[in-house]
Amino acid sequence: MRLKGKVSLISGGATAFKGDPRSEGKDWVLGIGGAAAWLFVREGAAVVLGDLDEDKGKKAAQQLRNAGGRAEFVRLDATNEADWIGAVSFATSKFGRLDILVNAAGTTFIGGAEDTPVDKWDAQMDVHAKAVFLGTKHAIPAMRKNRGGSIVNISSIDGINGNPLGIAYSTGKGASRIFSKAAAIQYAKENIRVNSVHPGYTDTPLARQGIAKLAAAGIPDPRLPKVPLGRLAKAEEIAFGILFLASDESSYVTGAELVIDGGVIAQ
Amino acid sequence: MRLKGKVALITGAAAGIKGEVMGFGGASAWMFAREGAKVVLCDIKEDLARRSETQLREHGYDALFIPLDVRDEEQWKRAIAQTVKTYGKLNVLVNNAGQGYMNTVEQATLDIWNHEMDVHAKGTFLGTKHAIPEMRKVGGGSIVNISSIYGLVGSQTSAAYHAAKGAIRIFTKATAIQYAKDNIRANSIHPGFCITPMTHRLQEDPDKLALYTAKVPMARWGKPEEVADGILFLASDESSYITGSELVIDGGMTAQ
Amino acid sequence: MRLKNKVALITGGASAVQSELMGFGGAAAWIFAREGAKVVLCDIKEDIGRRSETQLREHGYDALFIPLDVRDEEQWKRVIAQTVKTYGKLNVLVNNAGMGYVEKIENMTVQQWDHEMDVHVKGAFLGTKHAIPEMRKAGGGSIVNVSSIWGIVGSEGGPAYHAAKGAVRIFSKAAAIQYAKDNIRVNSIHPGGAWTPMTEKSLTPERRATFIAKVPMGRLGTVEEIANGILFLASDESSYVTGAELVIDGGLLAQ
Repeated sequence: MRLKGKVSLISGGATAFKGDPRSEGKDWVLGIGGAAAWLFVREGAAVVLGDLDEDKGKKAAQQLRNAGGRAEFVRLDATNEADWIGAVSFATSKFGRLDILVNAAGTTFIGGAEDTPVDKWDAQMDVHAKAVFLGTKHAIPAMRKNRGGSIVNISSIDGINGNPLGIAYSTGKGASRIFSKAAAIQYAKENIRVNSVHPGYTDTPLARQGIAKLAAAGIPDPRLPKVPLGRLAKAEEIAFGILFLASDESSYVTGAELVIDGGVIAQ
Repeated sequence: MRLKGKVALITGAAAGIKGEVMGFGGASAWMFAREGAKVVLCDIKEDLARRSETQLREHGYDALFIPLDVRDEEQWKRAIAQTVKTYGKLNVLVNNAGQGYMNTVEQATLDIWNHEMDVHAKGTFLGTKHAIPEMRKVGGGSIVNISSIYGLVGSQTSAAYHAAKGAIRIFTKATAIQYAKDNIRANSIHPGFCITPMTHRLQEDPDKLALYTAKVPMARWGKPEEVADGILFLASDESSYITGSELVIDGGMTAQ
Repeated sequence: MRLKNKVALITGGASAVQSELMGFGGAAAWIFAREGAKVVLCDIKEDIGRRSETQLREHGYDALFIPLDVRDEEQWKRVIAQTVKTYGKLNVLVNNAGMGYVEKIENMTVQQWDHEMDVHVKGAFLGTKHAIPEMRKAGGGSIVNVSSIWGIVGSEGGPAYHAAKGAVRIFSKAAAIQYAKDNIRVNSIHPGGAWTPMTEKSLTPERRATFIAKVPMGRLGTVEEIANGILFLASDESSYVTGAELVIDGGLLAQ
């Protein structure tokens, strides 16, 4: 029970929804935020799922409760400050405290510098960078009351190296990476730790969306040859890294980057 | 039981006495054992290591001390052979043996240089070289190499230590790329200022201690258990998709 | 004349014959000389070292070849003493000597490991250690250590090479911190794939094509391109740059 008694808020948490093979087909997977939610609950934490997708989010919370966990859903547009204030307040009123924030909400946009419309650029920067800032800003007062906390920001290997195919995404993820360090320095003395996780190619709903066109055309996954481990990551493998950073086991880890990519950027 | 059924070999593991200041190796040994692993302690400090081995066994854990000078290839071969003979296999290797000298580049003698490079870098190379065939036999494994924040950045106080820790950092990535297809993972850990037998002398000087502590955003030194938690994570199957990476455990020092 | 009146010592500098394939050291020697420096070439390869020295002098440059095995402390002391005796001072040191074993970890012998680590890392250490007092006398200096992209990432290539280049990378930072107050700057340079006598041997046409396919710029680097980076770090233009890594790789690591 590595998160016993802890309360967590996970943005992008609706991906905890476990599809029904009868209606959704066999082809569903958990997202990163969702996989973290299931793992957190298994380890004794209360989980508040924040997401735009109310339908999946509410169902996911119910599924978690059915499995014996303490879980709630709150509507959260991670780019909206008022929503964040509401979500944090909801978490503390439902569960009495806030110990962990996981910024996992995200979308992707495929486009280079010349062919990215400004509104798409702004949207990517909002969901990856501004959202992380807003979540951190409003979680900190609650964590301060607990005399500590852990913020885990889901960045990407694309936030360490450039991805020319999704330049706005890459930039947003890079912002999240360095924002994490700045926040880490600022709040270290208050025992609030801030770290970033950098998944490589992971099999999630978002990633499947990104590769859908290629898959439909029968083109083999161009990402696989780049991975020394020779396969995609499962969302659960990312979630274990999030768990480590969320728990007290990483009590001296702050401002760090946890790369979970099967060796892609080590080469 | 996050290491259930696993066999782990840890170098520099002698300082593992409850009630005394432990090193990263000693703290890891206890944590690994608690999580279900059989632990092989390797070190040149025989007396201390035997006391640790005894204590672990008194707690009901399966522990074995094998004397090992990590600079010696023949000793590595024997240590790994004995591990496999006793426990049937090898799943995890923690290259932790190390020593630090405080000197600037100009003050560094060739003897100090050779010693540091051999213990840290050559020791890691030899351990890796001889662990890999055994890990391949069991379908995979995890190698955790203890580098340092001094393998990321420079400082006023060391020369060979930096070179050696930097060598470990990148050697780890080469290992990771080359043996990923064998499901053998290799990662480096980068502790910051931590309270261990190695930093003992530094801690006895309150002025020096304050100087170092002032550089840490968390405003304190780390405990060996805090680093051992990271080693455990990388040793276990939870980190199954993590290879070639660097886990920095430093209270925020290098983030600024 | 970006190195006007400077005295520079370059290890691994023997391959500096125009019309033959040069190494980084050799290319740097020509560029340094063109920019007004007196250049000391050091290497274990004496024949080609002396031919390079001759050619540089024929072009009117001030060049001197001194044999040097960078693993030997006594030789370093003698070489630096001879440099200062001949030219009066030492301002720039380029630690470039190197070689690479390609054996996999499991097949690598301890002798190969030691050789690689000694040439790259011990060599850089000894050069730095003995250059510093002279640079201090001159009021400052610049040490450029040639690491590699293989000192930043791993690959299927020689593991000792990785370890050695990684060691040089961080050693540079330590030296930078320690001697910054003496106005001695220390930086590492990280070339990517480049066409040199060393890679000419190891890069078969097939391997070259596979490698180039991964490089955003779609080609290997030339020795001049690397030498230009060494020049920048050696000159006073980089006066606020120390403890840094200059990656010259056509974008390979940025992706």
